[in-house]
Amino acid sequence: MLSHLKKIRVVTSIIFVIFTSILFLDITGNWTRSLPEKVLFFQFVPSFLEFINIKSVAAIGFIIIILATLFSGRVYCSTICPLGMLQDIVIYTKRKLLKRSKRKKLRFDFQPAFNWVRYSILTVVIVTFLFGNIFLLYTLDPYSNYGRILTHLVKPIVIGINNIISSLLVMLDNYSVSPSTFNNVDVFTIVFALIVLFIVMLFSYKHGRFFCNTLCPVGAFLGLLSKFSLFKIVVNNDTCISCGACETVCKSECIDTKNEYVDFTRCVSCFNCFDVCPTHGLKYEFQPAKLLNKKEPKVKIKEPNQERRSFLLSIAAYTLTLTGISYAQNKIEVYKKNKIPVIRPNPITPPGSIGIDHFTDSCTACQLCISACPTHVLQPSFLEYGFLGMMVPMMNNKIGFCDYECTICSEVCPTNAIQPIDKEKKKLTQIGKAIFIKDNCVVHTQGTACGACSEHCPTKAVVMVPYKNNLKIPEVNEKICIGCGACEFACPTIPYKAIYVESNIVHAKAEPPKEEKIEEKVDFSEDFPF
Amino acid sequence: MNRRKFFKNSFGAGMAAFTALSFGSAPKLLSNVRKSENNMIYDLAAIKGGEPDVMFDKAIQAVGGIERFVKKNQVVVIKPNIGWNAEPERAANTNPKLVGRVVKRCYDAGAKDVYVFDHTCDNWQLCYSNSSIEEAVKNAGGKMVPGNSKSYYQEVTVSGGKSLKQVSVHELILESDVFINIPVLKDHNSVELSIAMKNLMGTVWDRRFWHRNNLQQCIADFPTYRKPDLNIIDAYSVMKKNGPKGISKNDCVIYKSQIISPDIVAADTAAARLFGSNPEDIDYIKIADEMGVGTMNLKNLSISRIKI
Repeated sequence: MLSHLKKIRVVTSIIFVIFTSILFLDITGNWTRSLPEKVLFFQFVPSFLEFINIKSVAAIGFIIIILATLFSGRVYCSTICPLGMLQDIVIYTKRKLLKRSKRKKLRFDFQPAFNWVRYSILTVVIVTFLFGNIFLLYTLDPYSNYGRILTHLVKPIVIGINNIISSLLVMLDNYSVSPSTFNNVDVFTIVFALIVLFIVMLFSYKHGRFFCNTLCPVGAFLGLLSKFSLFKIVVNNDTCISCGACETVCKSECIDTKNEYVDFTRCVSCFNCFDVCPTHGLKYEFQPAKLLNKKEPKVKIKEPNQERRSFLLSIAAYTLTLTGISYAQNKIEVYKKNKIPVIRPNPITPPGSIGIDHFTDSCTACQLCISACPTHVLQPSFLEYGFLGMMVPMMNNKIGFCDYECTICSEVCPTNAIQPIDKEKKKLTQIGKAIFIKDNCVVHTQGTACGACSEHCPTKAVVMVPYKNNLKIPEVNEKICIGCGACEFACPTIPYKAIYVESNIVHAKAEPPKEEKIEEKVDFSEDFPF
Repeated sequence: MNRRKFFKNSFGAGMAAFTALSFGSAPKLLSNVRKSENNMIYDLAAIKGGEPDVMFDKAIQAVGGIERFVKKNQVVVIKPNIGWNAEPERAANTNPKLVGRVVKRCYDAGAKDVYVFDHTCDNWQLCYSNSSIEEAVKNAGGKMVPGNSKSYYQEVTVSGGKSLKQVSVHELILESDVFINIPVLKDHNSVELSIAMKNLMGTVWDRRFWHRNNLQQCIADFPTYRKPDLNIIDAYSVMKKNGPKGISKNDCVIYKSQIISPDIVAADTAAARLFGSNPEDIDYIKIADEMGVGTMNLKNLSISRIKI
């Protein structure tokens, strides 16, 4: 029975990681609508934050994980956690690659725990959380890190492959695969994801699940809980022959066969040990709150060697090149550059996020909304929310604008930082207000017609009113403006926009657009007017 | 060398042989042109009182039938207005029934491929699907092509242009044999009306350049580079205010009309009159007329006026 546990774990984890990855890598938009609620239900940190928000059974995924941990240990870490799966993939690949030549390198050895590191990180994360900031929580949360790695490092590769296929097909006059664009302009998020990926891959290459037992706050928290697990994995002193087989496959390096001891707080329930044990020398034992009284032997751990991985560098180079999207125009223009810079004091948050405070209190910057946003208006922030809000999404009207009919970010958000919002409510939610700068406007500076802002305005909060020489110039009615940013996006002036959206720190309610039925009856039998 | 030419150079010989085998004799194109009841080919046809697809089938005969414009084995590109994420009732985009019928008639006339695209203002996938145009085109056997990717656009020189001297145009416009323009007639907040010439803004990459550099002049400049072979103006439901995007279907009035002409300026002039505007008040129509893109003088044209 115990030897089957590994197979069950492997299959479950593969299902979870595939569906979680599809969410972030989907460039068709077909999957992201239906999957998130089902797939992300058990993600510990998002579920916890969602529960704080809505206090409903719809968000009890993390409670189930806690109960499962109290029953038999950290099952989350080896089945549901996508960053754990990423590490398992590294370990598996290493094993396959090194199989013949360097057999010795494949082995894991028992290492002592870095308890002071993991528990102090956990303490600081909890303390900062209680003080109302979740920056440390989301920078260390394994799910959110996985989201950032996929969104900013893997998705560009998917898009690249898609675009190569697309252009090959176009050569054959086939337009069935459409090219995608990679729009992230925030280099910090990419560098951050890259650093995390590097650390995670290096740690897992050298010492298995070392990340999970030192830096990860979820790992530390569940590790603490697993001290009180009803069932724990222990060495069966009657049958164990101290052959060391389990120790060499233990990714957490928490089995000490010499002393016949398992540090269950670090065990990620991968069940590799059961799989290799020739004598049933390990077992689950009913051990409620048994103190782990065996003394841990002192073993020195070698410092991780800072080896450089050329493939990582090439990923870095590729990603950075992709960010260099150029909007430069080389054409000869008669247009005179305008002079008044646009200064936006606060970032704009998406409809459903209530306001900056609510949004930054709950958002783990997992980037799922950014991945799902069809217009790419949602982009990671740099310092717009302050240092302790880095990477949290914001509306970037240079890249796109919020589609009037779209609510997908609120549908996918796993933490309820963006609360579900229906279309009708969204259309009246004012996330900001358009501000018109006449001195930057084409109509004023060039004396020619434009109206791009008003064209794009979904509520006609921006209308064109008579100006000199039969021209029309924009005018904003703030009451019906919802701050979608279409006007700002469409505004053609350079280098500064002539219309921009100023954020509502707390979202307001806009008045509905003015609709009037037109009284005009057309008589189809009448003659043509020409 | 562009991509299509690369392909054609490699396989050109094979394709030619295949074509010769498939069709045997040269198609007798001219004899295929069906004429209207009184055997006359008009410069412009105006029709009212029917469904969009029915009106097209009738009115196209007055300008010489679809066979006059689409010859056997030709590649056709159709440019409807699909600029906005709006359902068909709001008439912000061209009527899907009309687009679907035109695609079908192109194939009936022997077209090899019929491509449909627009460089949309809203997200292109949402526009394509919510306008119902994607569905209509696919049902008729046509191919929807994205217009959202810069890689599809190639820079050309507009030698006749005054403000617009250089522009990046979708490759389908450059490489197709036949270019059919199917705009929707609607109100426009800054240039009064959006009709056939304005619709061509959706074939270029950088619209902001137009907006910065005398929009009216740029609209008239572009057709000096490439005029559509045929303009079919959808005036079934007409957005009378809040254009070009509109707020709701309350902005629209049912006109059940359509205007067809190879002359883009004449088509815009007639459509403006239909709307109730004076074409003299619309700068880009006047400029285009002065530049010789087409004629505003409807009196000099033969016009077929049909009521159903």
